[in-house]
Amino acid sequence: MTFVAKPRVHHPLLPTNEIGLTRRDYEGLVSTLCAGCGHDSVSAAIVQACAELAIPPHQFAKVSGIGCSSKTPSYFLGNSHGFNSVHGRMPSVATGANLANRELYCIGVSGDGDSASIGIGQFAHIVRRRINMLYIVDNNGTYGLTKGQFSATNDKGSTSKKGVPNLYEPIDLVSMALQIGASFVARSFSGDKAQLVPLIKAGLLHRGFAFIDVISPCVAFNNHNGSTKSYDYLRTHAASVVTADFIAAGEEITADYAPGEAETVRMPDGSRLRLRKLDGSYDPHNRAHALEHVLEAQQEGEVVTGLLYVDPDASDCHEILDTVETPLNALGEAELCPGSEALDRINASFR
Amino acid sequence: MTTYNDFVIRFANVNGSGSASANGMFAKALFRMGVPIATRNIFPSNIEGLPTWFEVRVSEDRHHGRREGVDLMVAMNAETYAEDVASVVPGGFLLYDNSKGLDRRLFRPDITEIGIPIAKLLLPEFADPKQRKLFKNIVYLGALSALINIDFEVITGMVSTQYRGKDELIAPNIHALEIGRGYAREYLDCPLPIQLRRTSALGDSIMIDGNAAAALGAIYGGATICAWYPITPSTSMAEAFEKHAGQLRTETETGQRKFAVLQAEDELSAIGIVIGAGWNGARAFTATSGPGLSLMSEFLGLAYFAEIPAVLFDIQRAGPSTGMPTRTQQGDVLLAAYASHGDTKHPLMFPSSPKECFDFAADAMDLADRLQTPVIVLSDLEVGMNDNLSEPLTWDDSRRYDRGKVLSREDLDAIEEFGRYVDVDGDGIGYRTLPGTHPTKGAFFTRGTSRDAYARYTEAPEAYTENMDRLLVKWRTAASLVPAPEISGHGHRAGIVFYGSTAMPMGEAMQRLADEGVQLDAMRIRGFPFSQEVTEFLHRHEFVFLVEQNRDAQMKTLLVNETGVDAAKIVPVLYYGGMSISADTIQASVLDHYEKMRLPRLWAVGRGTRGGTPRMQTAIGRGSPGGDSVA
Repeated sequence: MTFVAKPRVHHPLLPTNEIGLTRRDYEGLVSTLCAGCGHDSVSAAIVQACAELAIPPHQFAKVSGIGCSSKTPSYFLGNSHGFNSVHGRMPSVATGANLANRELYCIGVSGDGDSASIGIGQFAHIVRRRINMLYIVDNNGTYGLTKGQFSATNDKGSTSKKGVPNLYEPIDLVSMALQIGASFVARSFSGDKAQLVPLIKAGLLHRGFAFIDVISPCVAFNNHNGSTKSYDYLRTHAASVVTADFIAAGEEITADYAPGEAETVRMPDGSRLRLRKLDGSYDPHNRAHALEHVLEAQQEGEVVTGLLYVDPDASDCHEILDTVETPLNALGEAELCPGSEALDRINASFR
Repeated sequence: MTTYNDFVIRFANVNGSGSASANGMFAKALFRMGVPIATRNIFPSNIEGLPTWFEVRVSEDRHHGRREGVDLMVAMNAETYAEDVASVVPGGFLLYDNSKGLDRRLFRPDITEIGIPIAKLLLPEFADPKQRKLFKNIVYLGALSALINIDFEVITGMVSTQYRGKDELIAPNIHALEIGRGYAREYLDCPLPIQLRRTSALGDSIMIDGNAAAALGAIYGGATICAWYPITPSTSMAEAFEKHAGQLRTETETGQRKFAVLQAEDELSAIGIVIGAGWNGARAFTATSGPGLSLMSEFLGLAYFAEIPAVLFDIQRAGPSTGMPTRTQQGDVLLAAYASHGDTKHPLMFPSSPKECFDFAADAMDLADRLQTPVIVLSDLEVGMNDNLSEPLTWDDSRRYDRGKVLSREDLDAIEEFGRYVDVDGDGIGYRTLPGTHPTKGAFFTRGTSRDAYARYTEAPEAYTENMDRLLVKWRTAASLVPAPEISGHGHRAGIVFYGSTAMPMGEAMQRLADEGVQLDAMRIRGFPFSQEVTEFLHRHEFVFLVEQNRDAQMKTLLVNETGVDAAKIVPVLYYGGMSISADTIQASVLDHYEKMRLPRLWAVGRGTRGGTPRMQTAIGRGSPGGDSVA
């Protein structure tokens, strides 16, 4: 089996979004990942988030590297262009794609091997460059396609399926992203759709680099007792600090929050993000504080989830480079070619 | 006997001592006098304190290649003094600072020493030791103006332009020039028998380095994204792109830019950015050198297989590994041609001059879009980093960019079925769509994994093979689109083949060989894949010399592999020491082969003088030319 199209049959009562599309219009091909794979839940969350945002599907560009995670862009947004590039190099491809057309919504999907090992350099530098995109890591702590080797995000002491412990220190991409300047940093769990969907929506609308590390258990190689990336472990050790409720532009805030517990963050398109702090002392606008909290929890074996840091006024790479509003790929000869008269002047300057 | 406009002058300096500016003024002054020159920087991979040389070939015959031997040495570096003195040709001249006296052991009776007490002259004039150091260079420039007849007004005019805005520097610089000039006129025999005279030979020529020309070509060709990682000798191309694009592509009202330059974290990322941009429909390029090309190989395979336009400039330097980063070579030919794993090959372009760097840069943008594949422009340090005479750059305003087969929203509406890799036109090139074009049609998944003609993942042997075979059809299309070879001469039994910067000394070498009775048809290869003309040239000659600047005769390997020509027919003429190949080397290697194989020559009237015409031809010999290397 190499390719499976989904049957194009819609349930007649399938609800439509504001632009008249159903959830099915945001789906892709049938996944060929293992049944129960966390990555499929992430893809489903992306589908739901994009459908709810009512962005036309063709306005997304999907990019990925290599690995199970990087196959997933086939399984969502079938009407969008996708690019499954080379191992660990999705960030550079995403950078180029975003430079070429700043109007597309760019979703990058990567894995822990892709981003924390072979591509750690590219990961670090795309954060620095503030490319306007949503960067999701499907983090399962293992190399699935090559059958179960430890990845760099695997916790020290976490065991393989055969019971062999990992002897090396883990790399935490959330801490890295915080340290290097990401303006939107979140962690979630593929099994917590209620948390993940609003995070994806907010990440897509955030201007600048939005990063979500999604712990996404590998049912084939890393879901046993002794693994710190299993469903059971996450269900008992994940602690949300800030929940983000997404409120579309024009929609009313109906839920009641105790004073001091909630804060509204405006998104560039007029929608809002309602942040609910489950730990009253947590400040999601303080980078140093967020980093400290993440590190402390890690020492305790806890997995901090939620929207850990957001800077709603962040800039992106196009602002840094001061490029024109028109996408660079839409400029023609008239805008790009200085013409023969200018060349005469240039020639004169070389005499 | 006085000769005009025909000598080699070399300045031996310490790098970081400010000599580059004075030497640059020297070259520019000659250019402004209408004297044809070629300049060469022979510099170390170092910031300050190591030896550096600047060489100017002055040649009214417009021989731009390197010639062995120095006629006038300006020896300003004590550390390299011995080798500098030794490099002067018999009868040549040595200009040096005799404030401390010359080591008599280095004395050569066959050359003329010109001692000028530069340091002593400066001591009473300038209190600041830093200024005294910098002005040493200006003093010898002033002395040279008298010794070889440089128009003094041209130099003083240049000083005034160079320091416009820093006017306080103008007077002291001119004073330093006058010190040198005054000393030379008072105490030395001026002018020397090798001297300059004004000509009108240069017409509207410009003096430009290949990297700046290539950067301008990229701008004119519509490149909007430059992603790069610093590496000598390519860095100046990316920097020139940023500088000129800043001037030419910034909106006056908003100050916003119609281009983006990203200095990436490494070459892997640089080419990835280019490919991401190409996938999304923007013209993008990277500039690198050998080590960068090695790193980019994986990505180049992806772009070949996924069929994404990308342009890469490889400004070659001497490898392998770090090699000699500041020395020239043509050592990346095979790597560039076949970069990446699996069956992969890439169109190449070989510019020989700054003008061609400009033209090929713009053409490469069209070619990459047309062929939907990476195109590599193989320049090198010799043509890329040295200021060279060039015809003016030209642009035809009626030219339109060839964006290749890209379907618009309207196109998609009009067609029944879209298949990204369907060979609709039979040229091996499918139609592509850009992200965001159409709400429901034309989206596809780009991948480095095998797929069918509709971009659907498959491992079916037939689909894979069909796709690989279609890429060969496209390859044949490419052969008709890359620059055609430049062929001169006709009917001689032997030929000489060369490419890139090796063309620079070739005119002179061929003239000298003709004087020696060796007449050859010539072919300058300008593109890969090779067109039929290239193959035919090889086939119609009994044997051909192939001149290139690498150890392993890489172009020979490529020609033998791609055209099926008998390897024994190709006689490599190789130089790979890191300087640019000289006319002398080519001449000696070719003649050596004629001697060794006892090949007959055309005997020319006035053998050994220039411009002699052949009178009679000897009987054609039967000796097999063989294929062994002569270099």
